[in-house]
Amino acid sequence: MKSSVIIFPGSNCDRDMDVALKKFGFKNQMVWHNDQSIPKSDLIVLPGGFSYGDYLRCGSIASKSKIIKSVIDFANSGGLVLGICNGFQILTETGLLNGILQQNKFLNFICSNVYVKVKDKQNKYFKDLKKDVLELHIAHNEGNYFCSDDELKSLEDNNQIAVTYCGKDGTENETTNPNGAIKNIAGIFNNNKNVLGMMPHPERMIDKYLSGEDGSLFFKNILDNFK
Amino acid sequence: MEVTEAVAIDHGLKKEEFSKICELLKRTPNLTELAIFSAMWNEHCSYKSSRKHLRKMHTKGKQVIQGPGENAGVIDIGDDDAIVFKIESHNHPSFIEPYQGAATGVGGIMRDVFTMGARPIANLNSIHFGSPQHKKTRNLLRGVVKGIGGYGNCIGVPTIAGQTTFDESYNGNILVNAMTVGLVNKNKIFYSKAAGLDKPVIYVGSKTGRDGIHGASMASATFDDRIEEKKPTVQVGDPFTEKLLLEACLELMADNSIIAIQDMGAAGLTSSSVEMASKGNLGIELNLSEVPCREEKMTPYEIMLSESQERMLIVLEKGKEEHAKKIFDKWNLDFAIIGKTTNSKKIELIFDNKKVAEIPINLLAENAPIYDRPWKKTKLPQKLKFDKDEFKSLKLSNCLKKILSNSNISDKKWIWDQYDHTVMGDTIQKPGGDAGVVRVHGTNKAVAASVDSSALYCFSHPLTGGKQIVCESYRNLISVGAKPIAITNCLNFGNPEKEKNMGEFVECIEGITEASKYLDFPVVSGNVSFYNETKDRGIKPTPTIGGVGLISDYQQMLTMDFKTEGNLVYVIGKTEGHLDQSVFARELLNEKKGPPPTVNLFNEKNIGETVLDLSRKNLIVSCHDVSLGGILTAVSKMCIKGKKGIKINSLKGLTNKYEYFFGEDQARYIIEIPKASLKKVNEILNNYSVHFDDLGIINGNSIKYNDDINLPIEELADAHKYWLKKYMDS
Repeated sequence: MKSSVIIFPGSNCDRDMDVALKKFGFKNQMVWHNDQSIPKSDLIVLPGGFSYGDYLRCGSIASKSKIIKSVIDFANSGGLVLGICNGFQILTETGLLNGILQQNKFLNFICSNVYVKVKDKQNKYFKDLKKDVLELHIAHNEGNYFCSDDELKSLEDNNQIAVTYCGKDGTENETTNPNGAIKNIAGIFNNNKNVLGMMPHPERMIDKYLSGEDGSLFFKNILDNFK
Repeated sequence: MEVTEAVAIDHGLKKEEFSKICELLKRTPNLTELAIFSAMWNEHCSYKSSRKHLRKMHTKGKQVIQGPGENAGVIDIGDDDAIVFKIESHNHPSFIEPYQGAATGVGGIMRDVFTMGARPIANLNSIHFGSPQHKKTRNLLRGVVKGIGGYGNCIGVPTIAGQTTFDESYNGNILVNAMTVGLVNKNKIFYSKAAGLDKPVIYVGSKTGRDGIHGASMASATFDDRIEEKKPTVQVGDPFTEKLLLEACLELMADNSIIAIQDMGAAGLTSSSVEMASKGNLGIELNLSEVPCREEKMTPYEIMLSESQERMLIVLEKGKEEHAKKIFDKWNLDFAIIGKTTNSKKIELIFDNKKVAEIPINLLAENAPIYDRPWKKTKLPQKLKFDKDEFKSLKLSNCLKKILSNSNISDKKWIWDQYDHTVMGDTIQKPGGDAGVVRVHGTNKAVAASVDSSALYCFSHPLTGGKQIVCESYRNLISVGAKPIAITNCLNFGNPEKEKNMGEFVECIEGITEASKYLDFPVVSGNVSFYNETKDRGIKPTPTIGGVGLISDYQQMLTMDFKTEGNLVYVIGKTEGHLDQSVFARELLNEKKGPPPTVNLFNEKNIGETVLDLSRKNLIVSCHDVSLGGILTAVSKMCIKGKKGIKINSLKGLTNKYEYFFGEDQARYIIEIPKASLKKVNEILNNYSVHFDDLGIINGNSIKYNDDINLPIEELADAHKYWLKKYMDS
């Protein structure tokens, strides 16, 4: 499976993502933000970081960058687009995903392990995933997902909520919500479920010496579903 | 403006220094020249009070590639890999403007490291605040933590360890010390020594503004009531630009275009240009009209003194200008050819086609004043005679809970949760352990790093205190299974013009030197911060040691959390029960006198090597050094982290339990031993002739000791984990 990771000025999880993708067998290539087009890919990843310094609003300048048109075209033609952390913020700024990411409820950056519940398995990311609750890792200042009532209803109706913050046993409530996100939302899909944006970083959880290993399941699952 | 003695004094120079300048120049300097002298001759850049003593430090070792005197120190970790690291203070600006002060402290130290060609792989910090009751403490702490996080998180370098303390001596002068560890190929290290004539001098990075003018002079003076007016001297950081600068510099460093490179830190363009020329024994000519400025009508004076952040000065090979420019254009950074190297051995500044300054380089560097300031020895305080009957009214379990929730011992998760400590995907030991550990990307090796200071011990007896911190750093590295290699130090002291403070400085260095020599743990870089004093009240002497060690196979890394029920727990090293200067004495007896614990370097080394041997042979499964709060505090942390209890054996003979459990004797570790390894462990301990106590066995969910203690781990964890969060929320 061929993947491309877009590097924006200020991206800082691009290498981590490259390492993770290659570890599980993706043929990954790095694409510079000023390039006109993206090489043929089965998956495009917008990595975490602070694209363009996150000035103005997180992800907003990246959503107007040169490369982004190719990403949008790719997504609209059904290609898999994954945005992690800043990548998720960029996806909401492009309009490929609904809603916005506000500053965390307690106004602090949070770097911590979290549990997320997989809410939908009828998609190419989570189909046949062996676990319902994954232990992943967050590191963000603006991960507090918010959207209008109508948007929320449509996300729920179409099963577009991908993952939600929860406890180890899957309970979702205020105490298992690290950043104040509406309905504990940690990640969402677009209508076709080919575009996934989420705050947690699976690429930081890919071997037992790191914060955990559940990120491995996530990457392997994408590959398995592609075969 | 006419330059007079009064103007010179306004620039922080002393009367005698100004006369010396006029004498050396054989004329009165103009204002720009005076500014250059004041920037180069202040304490911060010239080390005029400290240099004499710093020379005594132990700086050589088998693995040392570069010792003090460069942007950072470099050590060899095998296979062509080298580690570049340094710690630096940003105390004065952080007190005036905590967010920007701390942020630019982090930015500055990262630049020092990548200037040498290294990619930063870890950040650490040591931060010290006034009493928790002081009205400014909470906001300063919040601002500093946000500043450190704001900068490091954006760059994408994990902050892997740190230290936070509270003491009323920091009420008017907080300390913010930031350390960066970088990785470089040892054949591709870049230095600041210019070489060759007529080579282009290149300015890259951010534009120059009026921020930070006089920053270095501000850091060389004490504070008074008017410190708020100094806000404009604090620089403003832009981590995004720094990230671009990092990537662009590393890209340019991939080939041989760069002859010398120096970041513009304290005293900006002045010190970077003078330093490069001085090291290369050359002259340098700069055309200041070519310097990219972000504000209008900046004068040569302002351009030379600006401490705008995220800027670098490069001496390039001739003919590489276009190649270099392309890279900086790609990263959207300013690039300007602003001058060249010359054989004049002078710094010559041109502005608007006129020569505006001309100073022989040696007057600024070698001829800068050096002071042999008078200093006073601190006598070793007499050992206290505690009334042990008084102890009996204290319940052991209450003492323990009180100590665990002490501001200096309690868990600092509230802080490090705000630092990205996992980015780069190689952090294998997070903050909260004895040392942070990151893997050397793509290899089996890992680098451990720790920051330590013990102001109370240093205040009580600087010589012992100096030794003790080096040992503490050594132990922290060994506790995670790393072989200690070298240290960097940040020497935070009061006013060197006072004999007592100068004495503290001299004797702390003596202690640091003695210990680092004995332990073969050389100093490879560092920084001095004097004048940490407000209205005549100075800080306690606070030398901070940043230690770096190597784990050759990261699978052998140790952590402190207890692992398995039924495993045995030993205390390695002898416990005499030294309570003077302990947290127990302060917190429960309100006793602040007495000497710090004695440091026995032979024992430190022997016991350290023993523990390292045990870990290399995979005979122990957890390890923690015993420091503040003594054995019971150390064991409690291991229980809390591992969510396991311990049954502690009855003490033998006449040992006083308070002294045994809370004494702060040095050179001790606690280790967890699986039963199957016990015989071998005993053999090794006997071979090294190391004293050990069989402390107990991992059991259940509580700490139990006879009828004295029966505390559920959860209750202990509550006492330990939430003090800071509650404090910040209140």
